[in-house]
Amino acid sequence: MNIYPSKLLESAVTELSRLPGIGRKTALRLALHLLRRDLTEVEAFGNAVIKLRKEIRYCNECHNISDTEVCSICASAKRDRSTVCVVETIRDVMAIENTGQMSGVYHVLGGIISPMEGIGPEELTIESLVNRVAEGTVKEVVLALPTTIEGDTTNFYLYRRLKDFPLKITTIARGVSIGDELEFTDEVTLGRSILNRTLYEVMFAKKS
Amino acid sequence: MYLKKLTLTNFKNYSQADYQFTDKINCFVGNNGVGKTNLLDAIHYLSFCKSYFNPIDSQNIRHQEDFFAINGVYIRKEDSPEHLQCIQKRNHRKKFLLNKKEYDRLADHIGQFPLVMISPYDRDLINDGSELRRKYIDSVISQFDKFYLDDLINYHKALFQRNALLKTFSERKYFDTGELEIWDEQMIRLGTIIHEKRKTFLDQFIPIFRHYFNFISCEEEKVDILYQSQLSDGEYGALLADAVGRDRSAQYSTVGIHKDDLDFMISGYPAKRFGSQGQQKAFVIAIKLAQFDYTRNIKGFKPVLLLDDVFDKLDDLRVQQLISLVSENNFGQVFITDTSEDRIRKIFDNMEIEHKIFRISSAVSG
Ligand SMILES: [Zn+2]
Repeated sequence: MNIYPSKLLESAVTELSRLPGIGRKTALRLALHLLRRDLTEVEAFGNAVIKLRKEIRYCNECHNISDTEVCSICASAKRDRSTVCVVETIRDVMAIENTGQMSGVYHVLGGIISPMEGIGPEELTIESLVNRVAEGTVKEVVLALPTTIEGDTTNFYLYRRLKDFPLKITTIARGVSIGDELEFTDEVTLGRSILNRTLYEVMFAKKS
Repeated sequence: MYLKKLTLTNFKNYSQADYQFTDKINCFVGNNGVGKTNLLDAIHYLSFCKSYFNPIDSQNIRHQEDFFAINGVYIRKEDSPEHLQCIQKRNHRKKFLLNKKEYDRLADHIGQFPLVMISPYDRDLINDGSELRRKYIDSVISQFDKFYLDDLINYHKALFQRNALLKTFSERKYFDTGELEIWDEQMIRLGTIIHEKRKTFLDQFIPIFRHYFNFISCEEEKVDILYQSQLSDGEYGALLADAVGRDRSAQYSTVGIHKDDLDFMISGYPAKRFGSQGQQKAFVIAIKLAQFDYTRNIKGFKPVLLLDDVFDKLDDLRVQQLISLVSENNFGQVFITDTSEDRIRKIFDNMEIEHKIFRISSAVSG
């Protein structure tokens, strides 16, 4: 255990080291760094963290983080509200947004079904998704969940809850990465992508 | 395929060791406790990324050292050496590299450098619980069917989730068919595939096994391996549905391929209770030889064969039979451990087959 010259320093180090990926050594370095900065800068930093936690809200529609009651994506007139992309977390929304390929809106489940971690359908925003779909404007639900057995099982649960509505349910394609040599792709991924092959004509039409 | 060169650093009792092998017979001779079997285990590591004996990698690091490294040079295609490397540092993830490139998943390596080990511990296959027998056929099938391993891993994830859900139902005193059925669906899909593959594998494997048993034991006993699976009794979905009540009170899944077992039979009786010591030994050796044959047929080349202390533990007749297989050049590269250099010389010096004898002593390994 380190002996700190100041109790204030020690408590800052303790708090910083609670962050993911930060050990006590790094926490000490960060704390000493903050001490060398202007007071106003550090105040801005502290306030940003406090405001983040106190004032952030979750979108009423899609459960994405938001500064307002409805997030900027759901509020945008440019988005196609008939396509809803279902994702596990807010980070997935950001990842898909970065691709610029999703013109629809999102639905953040807040996790995937995993009884081992105590997560059942009740703990997720599944009811709210079903209600959104029941309103009737949604024509397609794109399932963009992890390709794990838990992700797959959650897909299946959602499918069962949504299958009686008049809409298309799709999942994102899985398989060989773009730019990968087939020779170096692992056997299982390669085999599964052969099983899930798609019509070339359809792919061609999408590209052009 | 053969192992040309092996270098050990801080592996078990070896601080530093270097060996150059022949592509035929390699014998490690020396007293008990000098670490002959550890050499076989190092070779096992290179094929399976793990020890045959001790599943805890860090316990295979030499006493008071920080890491072990196993380096092997294999020849698979003519004159193009391939470098395998396994490094385990204390409190670190195990690293496994092929030609200096680290594997993302160890499972991708399994089966590329096939190996069959025959060891005195094989008798556990007969005497231990069903889990060991399932693990055994799973490891054999996984060596040539990567989808099998993937499906098996996913089946077990779905099973653990289903079991956790059954516990949750009981603790929170509620029940929801929909929540259970989504896991049933995964287990039915994967379990049915695994069941079919186990059955197909055994159908092909058993005749080869019978042939080797009769050869090794010089007996015409009728031996058999019976595949016991609840899935043979009906459609998996129906079996799961029938078992819901039972599963709920047991708080775990009572039906599925995780309950499969193999019955080893000699003349219609269980080998475990009615087989003589000699018959039991011949039984497991025949299983391993059949594994060798089967793997060779599928891969198109011979796996490396490890014979740990078999000449000492078998009676003369069975030893003679095993040696005749070796002398007829049925195998590719073979590694043998024995306590008696005399016995090894008597066996191999009259044989036309190329062999190399390595004297292992504590002085060398220390
Ligand atoms: Zn929103």
